Amino acid sequence: MFSYIMRRLGYMVITMVIISVLGYIIIELPPGSYVDAEISRLRQQGGNLAPEQIAALYQRYGLDKPEYVRFGLWVSGFVRGDFGQSFQYSMPVSDLIFGRLGLTLLFSFLSLILSWGIAIFVGVYSATHRYTVSDYVITILQFVGLAVPNFLLALVLMVFAQNVFKMQVGGLFSAEYVNAPFSVGKFLDLLNHMWIPIIVIGASNTAWLSRVMRANLLDVLNMQYVQTARAKGLKESVVTWKHAFRNAVHPLIMVLGGSLPGIISGETIVAIVLNLPTTGPLYFNALLQKDMYLAGAFLIFLALALLIGNLGADILLAWVDPRIRYE
Amino acid sequence: MSNIVTPIPLVPVVDEPVSEVGQLSQWTLMRLRFARNKLAMTGLIGLLIMYFLVFLGPFVAPNEYTFQNSDYIFGNPSQFTLTSPDGQFGLFMYSTTTVLDQNSFKFVVTTDKTKALPVRFFTKGDPITVLGFIQTDIHLFEVDTPQRIYLMGADSIGRDMFARTLIGGQISMTIGLIGVALSLLFGSVLGTISGYFMGLADDIIQRIIEVISSFPSIPLWAALAASLPPVSESFSALNRYFLITIVLSVIGWTGLARQLRAKVMAYRSADFCMAALSAGGSDARIIFVHMIPNAASHIIVSAALSIPGMILGETALSFLGLGILPPMVSWGALLKDSQQVSVVVQHPWILIPGAAVIITVLFFSFLGDGLRDAVDPYSI
Repeated sequence: MFSYIMRRLGYMVITMVIISVLGYIIIELPPGSYVDAEISRLRQQGGNLAPEQIAALYQRYGLDKPEYVRFGLWVSGFVRGDFGQSFQYSMPVSDLIFGRLGLTLLFSFLSLILSWGIAIFVGVYSATHRYTVSDYVITILQFVGLAVPNFLLALVLMVFAQNVFKMQVGGLFSAEYVNAPFSVGKFLDLLNHMWIPIIVIGASNTAWLSRVMRANLLDVLNMQYVQTARAKGLKESVVTWKHAFRNAVHPLIMVLGGSLPGIISGETIVAIVLNLPTTGPLYFNALLQKDMYLAGAFLIFLALALLIGNLGADILLAWVDPRIRYE
Repeated sequence: MSNIVTPIPLVPVVDEPVSEVGQLSQWTLMRLRFARNKLAMTGLIGLLIMYFLVFLGPFVAPNEYTFQNSDYIFGNPSQFTLTSPDGQFGLFMYSTTTVLDQNSFKFVVTTDKTKALPVRFFTKGDPITVLGFIQTDIHLFEVDTPQRIYLMGADSIGRDMFARTLIGGQISMTIGLIGVALSLLFGSVLGTISGYFMGLADDIIQRIIEVISSFPSIPLWAALAASLPPVSESFSALNRYFLITIVLSVIGWTGLARQLRAKVMAYRSADFCMAALSAGGSDARIIFVHMIPNAASHIIVSAALSIPGMILGETALSFLGLGILPPMVSWGALLKDSQQVSVVVQHPWILIPGAAVIITVLFFSFLGDGLRDAVDPYSI
C-alpha cells in the first residue's frame, strides 16, 4: 500500500509540473502583455505615464527577461506564497483567492456527498424495481438531469423560489444577516441559502451516478451467487445489500475521481447565477478583464484540488480492491 | 509458378439456399436493432426535424431575427384563437397594443382580446436570406402589418425570440458536431499511436491526457476562449466560431483517445492482427485495414455520446460571455440576457432557448444510447 501511494505521489508531482507550465501558457496567451493592459488602464485614470514608471512595471513583472526566466520567477513565487498581483483589485492574488477557494471546495464536497447518497439509493431502487412505473419515472428524470445545463437549473429554481415561495435566494446570507455577528440565526440563514446551490451543483452528477449504479447492480443481480443467496432463503433486502450491492458499488468508487472535475466546474458557473462568494464569479470576471495572474492562480489551484481528490479516490479504490495495489 | 495447387474443398460445395436470417450483415443487424429502439428513433427523427427547422429558420420565423421593434420591448408571446371575435373559424392572433403604464413609467404590451387578425401562410414579410443564398420575402406564416407574430415573445430591444432561437440553433446545433469531428481526429490519431506503438509515445500521451483531465472543463475552456481575439475586421465571426470548436475539442479528444487506445491494445494481441503481422502486413495496413474498421462502431458511439457535453459546454461559455459573442447568435448567447433573475421573473420567456438546449441534448443522448445498444447486435 505504501509503495502504491508513493508511486501515485510521484506521478502527481510530474503532473503538477506540467500543469504549472500549462497554467503559465494560459496566462501568457491573451494578445498583448498584461502589463500593457495595466499601463493603458493607468493612463485612463491619470493621464501620462513617465517612461520610468513603465520601465518599473516591466521590471516588476520581469517582462524585460526571456520567457523561461519569467516562468521560473512565477513558479518560484508559488513556493514563497507570492502568486502575483491582481491588476483589477490592486491586491496580491493570494489575499483574494483562498477564502473563495475554500468555499468552492466546501460546496463541491457537500454536493458530492449528497449526490452519492441519493444516487446509491435511487440506483438500487430502480434496479430492484426494473420496468416498473417508478423505474421509468426515475429514468426520465435521469435523462433530463443530464440534459439541463446547471446554470439554467439554478435560474429556474430561483425564479420558482421567488414566485412561489416568495423567498429571496442567492448569496450566502439574507440582507439582515450579512453584517450581523455570528449567531444561531445567522447559521440557520446560511443553511437556508446553501441547499439550493448544493442541489443544483450535484444534480447532473446524481443523475449520472444513479445510472451507473443501476446498470452495475443489474449486472450483478443476474449472477449465480445472487441466485444462490435467494435459493437458500435469505431475505431480499439481505440479498440486495449484502450480496449484490457490495460487488456493484465498486465501479462507483472508480468513477469518483472522474466526477470531481464536473462538480468543481459546475460550482464555478452556478456560483455566478446564485451570486455566491466563491471562485466562479471572480475567476470568470478575471478572464473577461484579462487579469491573468488572478485567473492563472485560480486555475492552478482548482487543478491541484482535483489532483488531490483523484489521489484520494485512487487510494480509496486501492484500499477496497487489493488487485490494484499489486498491479 | 505453375505448381500452385488449387485447394480441394474438404466439404463439397452445394448450392443450397441458406436461410435469410443468417445472411444479414453486421451493419444491417445494427440498423435493425437501432430501428427497434423507440427512444433512439425518437431522438433521430426529432433531431432531423430540428435541423430542418433551424436551417430554414429565416423562412419559418415570421420576423427577421435582427429586426428591432421598439413598440414590443419584452413583449409577451402572441396569443392565438381558433374563432375570431366576429364568429369566423380559422387561426387568428389577438392583436396587441403598447401603452405607457402611468405607475411604472414603462411601456407595457397588452393583448386586446376583442380584435383578432387572421394568420396567413406563405405571404410576404421582412426580406430574408434562406440557407445563405436564397433571397426572398416569403415567410411560412405572418399576420398583416403593423401587427407581428411573436411566438416566443421579444427580448430587451424588441427582437423576435422565436427567430433568434432558430438562428441561434444554427450555431448551437453544429458547434457540437464540428467539435466532436475535431476531437475524433485528434483522439483517434493519438489514441492509435498510444495503443499501437506503446513505449515512450504512450507514456507521453497518457501524461498529457491526465493533465488535461485534471483541469475542471468549463474553467479551462473559459481560459482558452478568453485568449481568443474579439471579432473585428481582421477576425471574422466565422473564425471565432471555428476557434471555439477547437477550444471545445482540446478537452474532448482525451476521452476518445483513451477508449481507442484500449481497443487498439486489445486488438494488438487478437488473432487477426497477429495473422496480418506474420503475413508481412505493414503497421499502416494493420491499423487502417484491420483495426480501425473493427473499432469503427465504437468510435461512432463514443463520438455520439460526447456531443451533448460539447453543446452544454458551448452554452455555458456563451452564457458567461466568453464563447459566441453578439452580434452572432447562439442559445448560450441568448441566455446571457437572463443572468439577471429579476428580469427572468418578469419575462420568463427569455429562458426558452434553454428549453431548446435541453431538448437537443436529450435527443442526442437518446440517439447515442441507441447507437451504443445497437453496435453489439449479437447481445441479447
